[in-house]
Amino acid sequence: MAVHVREDAFDPGAELNAFSEGAEGAGAIVSFTGITRDVAEGDLAAMEIEHYPGMTERALTDIRAQAMERFELIDALVIHRHGRLELGETIMMVATAAPHRRNAFEAADFLMDYLKSRAPFWKREITSRGADWVAAKDEDEDALNRW
Amino acid sequence: MDIRYFAWLRERIGTGHETIESNAETVADLIEELKARSESHAFAFSDIASLRAAVDQELVAFDAPVLGAKEVAFFPPMTGG
Repeated sequence: MAVHVREDAFDPGAELNAFSEGAEGAGAIVSFTGITRDVAEGDLAAMEIEHYPGMTERALTDIRAQAMERFELIDALVIHRHGRLELGETIMMVATAAPHRRNAFEAADFLMDYLKSRAPFWKREITSRGADWVAAKDEDEDALNRW
Repeated sequence: MDIRYFAWLRERIGTGHETIESNAETVADLIEELKARSESHAFAFSDIASLRAAVDQELVAFDAPVLGAKEVAFFPPMTGG
């Protein structure tokens, strides 16, 4: 299973090492790690991520399959957390393995663009002023037109 | 038919799940039926341009068919990553 939806924390370094060991024949491995940071108006205390169990796994599996085919990847990994995350915690990661670097970079970018606005996750920021749902950005939707 | 709501839509409606009898042919028809259920539903669905829909866990447009669907979900635009 190269798609993981989980509540508990994970070690991106250990995941990347395991992924790299399994990616036989890869000449390039790219990874991206997303981290909870303070962008809220107010003091961000934590982030809560709601998701749609069942559809989340299906959507991520589909996005990964598209990336595998389009960029001729050897392997691709997607890990995304849900539930409560404290500031500085790892939210998610993607890793891609390809014979050459350009495909690995582009596939990671593609995966990120698609999972931002096509995988059913919703972020809520918990701040000193209360809890607010994060609004989707037009630029995230526009980013899909690049592909 | 199972109806699921997520994020602020779930909060506005007051539940994340309800089971209904529906004769709706499309997602748009179904929204009209749901709006008639309560004031909360009508308010939650007042601006459907800010909503997304999934039929049996596949993202669809509002003119997509729902006849025979097991599960239809409504939610705001997604904010993963």
